[in-house]
Amino acid sequence: MSSILKIKDVNKKFGKISVLNDININIDKGDFLVLVGPSGCGKSTLLNCIAGLEKINGGEIFINNKDMSEVAPKDRDIAMVFQSYALYPTMTVEKNITFGMKVRGISEEIQKEKLNEVAKQLQIESLLKRKPGQLSGGQRQRVAMGRALVRNPKLFLFDEPLSNLDAKLRVEMRTEIKRLHYDLGASMVYVTHDQIEAMTLATKIVVMKDGFIQQIGTPAEIYNYPENIFVADFMGSPPMNLINATAQKEKDYYKINIKMEDGSISTLKEKNKSKLPHELIIGIRPENITENGLKNKQSSQVISSNIDIIEPAGSDTFVMTKLGNTEVTARFHSETKVKVGSKVNLLIDLDKASYFDPNSGQRI
Amino acid sequence: MINNNYKINYTNVILRMLLYFFLSVFVLYYLLPLFVMVTTSLKSLEEIRTGSLVALPRNITFEAWGTAWSSACTGIQCEGLKPYFWNSILIAIPAVFISTLIGALNGYVVAQWRFKGANIIFALMLFGCFIPFQVVLLPMARVLGLMDLAGSITGLIFVHVIYGIGFTTLFFRNYYVNIPSELVKAAKMDGATFLRIFWSIFLPLSLPIIVVTIIWQFTQIWNDFLFGVSFSEAGTQPITVALNNIVNSTTGVKEYNVDMAAAIIAAMPTLLVYIFAGKYFIRGLTAGSVKG
Repeated sequence: MSSILKIKDVNKKFGKISVLNDININIDKGDFLVLVGPSGCGKSTLLNCIAGLEKINGGEIFINNKDMSEVAPKDRDIAMVFQSYALYPTMTVEKNITFGMKVRGISEEIQKEKLNEVAKQLQIESLLKRKPGQLSGGQRQRVAMGRALVRNPKLFLFDEPLSNLDAKLRVEMRTEIKRLHYDLGASMVYVTHDQIEAMTLATKIVVMKDGFIQQIGTPAEIYNYPENIFVADFMGSPPMNLINATAQKEKDYYKINIKMEDGSISTLKEKNKSKLPHELIIGIRPENITENGLKNKQSSQVISSNIDIIEPAGSDTFVMTKLGNTEVTARFHSETKVKVGSKVNLLIDLDKASYFDPNSGQRI
Repeated sequence: MINNNYKINYTNVILRMLLYFFLSVFVLYYLLPLFVMVTTSLKSLEEIRTGSLVALPRNITFEAWGTAWSSACTGIQCEGLKPYFWNSILIAIPAVFISTLIGALNGYVVAQWRFKGANIIFALMLFGCFIPFQVVLLPMARVLGLMDLAGSITGLIFVHVIYGIGFTTLFFRNYYVNIPSELVKAAKMDGATFLRIFWSIFLPLSLPIIVVTIIWQFTQIWNDFLFGVSFSEAGTQPITVALNNIVNSTTGVKEYNVDMAAAIIAAMPTLLVYIFAGKYFIRGLTAGSVKG
């Protein structure tokens, strides 16, 4: 497949502060790239650099194999949807959508034709004569997407487009954006701080922190094989449990020792790893710590611990306990009978565990 | 309990009455000069001399108004306020229009197209608002002389535009700074140029602040005396200067009725602007603070 967006060694500084450091990303036609990270990580700045709204201080940006580093935003063949929608307040929905074409001197007939096409696609035909002030949040969001769609660009850019919507509408629009991506086969770059949005929408995720890329990969790669503690903690809800432990080499396996709340040591067997340092951090997703006795996988091992808190969430029940001096979340069946304060046997699946170096935070 | 409530209501009524009483006194106190001006302008000189200052006119006559408008003497010429009224209009309208337009453009740039040093430039413009006009009289006279505009209407327009820009920029900048910058970004992506964005997106949004700016500038320029008396010559004086001359050049009897009529004529345009556009003025001043 052909590359639609290539970001090469991009650097960006605001004064003396470096906000983007040696960013390298490459996406193919039809990819849905999500830039995710906590606020201030540089993801929106990177999007603005791709759009050409911010100048880069080093590196190159290629869109459709053309160097766009010095090209004006309007000539990059891209469209952008903003967090605040940025609809022109004094223009009707119709004028909002056709403004770009009008500015570019496209004939009225084509404008009309494209407008109708997009209005139908987004089901906003009845709103065309209204002003943005008379629309609800979801409707404004649609109009903003219409304004991007009508341009038929090589690349769509989304800057946290759902963060101003209420929870229910956000989920609906998320599905809609995903459908749009399938229907159009369009290439998209999407910025969000919401890791669930990132997981559900992306074909490729870039996790960023403090202007550095932490990891690039498919949602499954990011989720199952986080490159470092930051990614492990940031992606997933509830986040991955990070437990302090020590490893001890035996004949054909490692003994993983975890200090319990009462001072005793529980031991797990790790047979897959050939080399582990003495001190390490084990990362285990909540769904890999379950209640003993329901469905025992062969690789699972049992640790017994006290229950601190129980949080029923409908489909599951989250159970908090302490392992290795840290709060650990386990995912139990919703019909679980466990009680706060009682001891429970936790079933731990080490096949899905990640190991991190406690000093560097990197994956081992 | 019930008695207590009645008592509280009773004190409330008394307080209310006191409030209205004092307000009425203040209103009368403020209206008295206007009342004296209007009644005096409608009296004949004979009646002014014999009657009391606050008495209503016995015979209403518009003679003084006619004199003030077309035949009162301003020094050696005796053609009334008429030519000077037109001078003021010729000065005020272009000066208001140009300074508002420049202020809008400046405000747009300072608020939405941030460049290096934008804050310093804006601070300097703000500083310009606080410079006393007396300070600039001499340098301005020199500049007007160099530009060959000394004593001309164009020269006065120039001066008023220059000294209006500080305020108009401040008004528009504060209005535009509340408009999300994503609007400019979206328009840039749509392919609109700097001026196109200003013209198609920002100007249509600006009606309230345009009204505020026009009222402010019109009042300032129409009421200006210092620049008018300093930078004009015989045929180009604005109405404020002419009014001063009428009042000060008396031959024999002081014509109070003509003076009063002339003063009302000179103040009329700004009064009308406030009466008709006053509510937009208040609305525009508060427009930024309450998001719609």
